[in-house]
Amino acid sequence: MATYAAPGTDGSVVSFKPRYDHYIGGEYVAPAKGQYFENPTPQTGQVFTEVARGTAEDVEKALDAAHAAAPAWGKTSVGERANILNKAADRIEANLEKIAVAESWENGKAVRETLVADIPLAIDHLRYFAGAIRAQEGHLSQIDEDTVAYHFHEPLGVVGQIIPWNFPILMAIWKLAPALAAGNAVVLKPAEQTPASIHVLMDVIGDLLPPGVLNIVNGFGVEAGKPLASSPRIRKIAFTGETTTGRLISQYASENLIPVTLELGGKSPNVFFDDVSSQNDAFYDKALEGFAMFALNQGEVCTCPSRALIQGGIYDEFLSQAVKRTEQVKQGNPLDTDTMIGAQASNDQYEKILSYIDIGRQEGAKILTGGEKADLGGDLSGGYYIQPTVFEGNNSMRIFQEEIFGPVVSVAKFSDYNDAISIANDTLYGLGAAVWSRDTNTAYRAGRDIQAGRVWVNNYHAYPAHAAFGGYKQSGIGRENHKMMLDHYQQTKNLLVSYSENAQGFF
Amino acid sequence: MTQISTSTDVTDQVPEVPGSGTTERVALSPQASELLVTLTDIHGPLMFHQSGGCCDGSAPMCYPDGEFKIGGQDVHLGDLKVEGLEKPIGFYMSASQFEYWKHTHLTVDVVKGRGSGFSVEAPEGVRFIIRSRLFSDDEWRALEGR
Repeated sequence: MATYAAPGTDGSVVSFKPRYDHYIGGEYVAPAKGQYFENPTPQTGQVFTEVARGTAEDVEKALDAAHAAAPAWGKTSVGERANILNKAADRIEANLEKIAVAESWENGKAVRETLVADIPLAIDHLRYFAGAIRAQEGHLSQIDEDTVAYHFHEPLGVVGQIIPWNFPILMAIWKLAPALAAGNAVVLKPAEQTPASIHVLMDVIGDLLPPGVLNIVNGFGVEAGKPLASSPRIRKIAFTGETTTGRLISQYASENLIPVTLELGGKSPNVFFDDVSSQNDAFYDKALEGFAMFALNQGEVCTCPSRALIQGGIYDEFLSQAVKRTEQVKQGNPLDTDTMIGAQASNDQYEKILSYIDIGRQEGAKILTGGEKADLGGDLSGGYYIQPTVFEGNNSMRIFQEEIFGPVVSVAKFSDYNDAISIANDTLYGLGAAVWSRDTNTAYRAGRDIQAGRVWVNNYHAYPAHAAFGGYKQSGIGRENHKMMLDHYQQTKNLLVSYSENAQGFF
Repeated sequence: MTQISTSTDVTDQVPEVPGSGTTERVALSPQASELLVTLTDIHGPLMFHQSGGCCDGSAPMCYPDGEFKIGGQDVHLGDLKVEGLEKPIGFYMSASQFEYWKHTHLTVDVVKGRGSGFSVEAPEGVRFIIRSRLFSDDEWRALEGR
């Protein structure tokens, strides 16, 4: 129980610089065009720093630095790279509060989450990939008595990464840890809504990496993201965002014939079977919490459980208790460690959520709680707060089909197992899902039948580093987390070696 | 759409959605129209593609015309006429997404913000968003051709 002092006021654990340039070749470099853009905190709407507005010239400079660093970095031993990732993890751990408050201030999310989830997960992720790269082995196949096929992992070289604004630091580390562990040099563009907190991170860990191995170009998608994504000088592009930009990035990647990984969101079903309510015990309480998980990170999570499907036998009772649980979600000053839900990340995000609440009402969905903006008073009146909102409706409504990316859940009833699976899969997306049941057979079968890359069974919103994460259907291409992620940042080198002294006999 | 274009503009082959041309499916707010004139000065002729998915999803993306390759999986919802611009601005969406959106009329509006993605208005400190309303029964009958 504490409230952190706002950055820029006495006693704050973090102080942002008044301005951030690009981080290129291990040092800060002013943008070629000399332009900067303002960065507001969604907590109050006030500007707290300004950030370099990058353009193609800056991206080229970052690519120069990355290309200069990549050959030597790619040949460092895995032990050396793992040590660097481990040291970075230790440093972040030692500066946890500072980084957690920075991210909360910039993104608007509750500091409770950055302290116990975002930043600890980032730390663990670095350690996981430090371990995974050392444990990774190539393969060899004996083709015949005299011929051996050796398979080596080699880094791709220089890669581009475009980071979303919902978890500015964790999403950066999700992409950076495997890329750096595998020996790649990176040019990274943070989201324009959250460009500063990663520089607080770089203040803490920047000196651990050789110059040029990690370069950060700030700016807008059209001005900095596009030159990066369309550059013939990257060997891969990774993007988290939405479908139209995902297609555009794939289009650029096809022009350069490079691989792309995309994480494009979802409309995740959270399925509660009748037997959940068979006892009023700890598990039932856990299931109610699982319902309320839609409010985690203000709903700004690609896997937000934004469709709750509840079986008919328990529908009324479970929903009424779930609504009560939702009403206990404490909204307030994001820097107060008691606060459970903070501010939406930007004004446009806030307006978009309100526009969806409007269309939900028009379509006849019933609001069971919330449905309004929240004015928290004082300085926070300028921030972007929305009440956790529960809609009741049917799966054909737009609020059931589009990712609102806010604290809004749409609830529908299902009759039996087949009905549950049919509604759960009636969506364009397939990123996350959950099934809740005390019957292991039901839970297992539902988990396999739902078309999504991650199905939580009797839990939600857990993101351990060694569980693969990624989408089916229009939710994207490729996976994040898990050691298999290394494959997305490595080439396979096959040396096919003949140990025979004799000619092959063709000529 | 049987005419074969001699150019590479595949938008000629993109299906029209039912009713386009009679009942309007997409409109512009006055603020959006004004902004499009400014943006056309900077970027040249423009187009919209409606996004879905996370982060900045569910928002319309505005690109220089032709920058985003419209293909066989898209539909054309209409052409937005803007006073002061010679050429109307095409509005597209993926056909699968349209299936879930077809019962609503869309108005492209503008709010303050930053967006993400590669939409051209973000550097101006604003973001296009969609305001939606349900079609009236009369409009729906006209769209369905009944």
